[in-house]
Amino acid sequence: MAERSESEEVKLLGMWASPFSRRIEIALTLKGVSYEFSEEDITNKSSLLLQLNPVYKMIPVLVHNGKPISESLVILEYIDETWRDNPILPQDPYEKAMARFWAKFVDEQIYVTAMKVVGKIGEERDAVVEATRDLLMFLEKELVGKDFFGGRSLGFVDIVATLVAFWLMRTEEIVGVKVVPVEKFPEIHRWVKNLLGNDVIKKCIPPEDEHLQYIRARSCVLSLGFV
Amino acid sequence: MTEKEESVKLLGFWASPFSRRVEMALKLKGVPYEYLEEDLPNKTPLLLELNPLHKKVPVLVHNDKILLESHLILEYIDQTWKNNPILPQDPYEKAMARFWAKFIDEQILTLGFRSLVKAEKGREVAIEETREMLTFLEKEVTGKDFFGGKTIGFLDMIAGSMIPFCLARLWEGIGIDMIPGEKFPELNRWIKNLEEVEAVRGCIPPRDKQIERMTKIAETIKSA
Repeated sequence: MAERSESEEVKLLGMWASPFSRRIEIALTLKGVSYEFSEEDITNKSSLLLQLNPVYKMIPVLVHNGKPISESLVILEYIDETWRDNPILPQDPYEKAMARFWAKFVDEQIYVTAMKVVGKIGEERDAVVEATRDLLMFLEKELVGKDFFGGRSLGFVDIVATLVAFWLMRTEEIVGVKVVPVEKFPEIHRWVKNLLGNDVIKKCIPPEDEHLQYIRARSCVLSLGFV
Repeated sequence: MTEKEESVKLLGFWASPFSRRVEMALKLKGVPYEYLEEDLPNKTPLLLELNPLHKKVPVLVHNDKILLESHLILEYIDQTWKNNPILPQDPYEKAMARFWAKFIDEQILTLGFRSLVKAEKGREVAIEETREMLTFLEKEVTGKDFFGGKTIGFLDMIAGSMIPFCLARLWEGIGIDMIPGEKFPELNRWIKNLEEVEAVRGCIPPRDKQIERMTKIAETIKSA
């Protein structure tokens, strides 16, 4: 059992509808770390946020014993190295590198491309959908024969790829395009079912109805479907 | 421990900061490796086979394992060859190193290269924005020989390959003194320290050849 002193203070500055903030909550909850959550209004950022993340002025920011850490992938690795229960990254250096690779792929390739779907119409949108699907195919192949990207249990890539399961796939309703149809992506759909069978995931993802409302409202205003 | 049949190959490119930083790490740890120069943009069949997803260098091949992405390769190298560690032990220090590494390759590279060359808001604004970002690094290295402390580490390799030995050559080529001594005394001191390190010295692209190349790329970006 991880030792926790009385003075250990864990605070998370986040936002309820952000995939980057939710993934931190998943990791902390998975490891049984108690934390104080501070909801940020990203249209009106608190002076605390600006002070703790002067470089990017964005959530999530984890504060552990007064020390702030920003950038969700950096935070996840810090959490894994600090609280050793239920490790989320593999031990083996090569497996670890592969997990980090796929996580980066989700955030830098899939997220960036998929974001462009909302706000586009006709041929332009079809092209983006096609590009997103090409990228998702890599994830599809990674899941073959596995319950989760992490193998038998949730790992780093699963936590990061919740962006696909509960953000990208939730946007489908609003944009009216099945970006991830089950016939093309049976493994991904199976994986989402597995995720939904996990108590930590169920607890930490945004409630569906409110989330869909939020996405709908945001996609009317901006061409961004997520945060 | 018996001597293993270790095979380490690196596919790289002489002018790529991403590839050069991997060489720094391998040299620092005394890891023998075979270097294969990619003649970008004429990519070899080997590169396309090893990195079909991104088709980019560097690619590290360790025995039968293929590693991509310079930051990931550096971390892999650090975990595999344990002498001369390049990442700090402390999780918080490690997180900071990773944070600044990302910052350099994303913010500094974007602002100090593409945005600067395109200078949509004017050259002076672009320079100011780049310098603002560099000021964060100036603070980080204050009072230290290297970002890594007394010896070079992960962040030194990333910042070194990117800033003095890549972007600075662009800045020189287009006539900008981006990090003057009076504004950035710490960074300048750090660069001098870097140049003294043997593992780094062998990994600096030839200056004139690189200035020529960066200036050409700048012209291509500008007219695009």
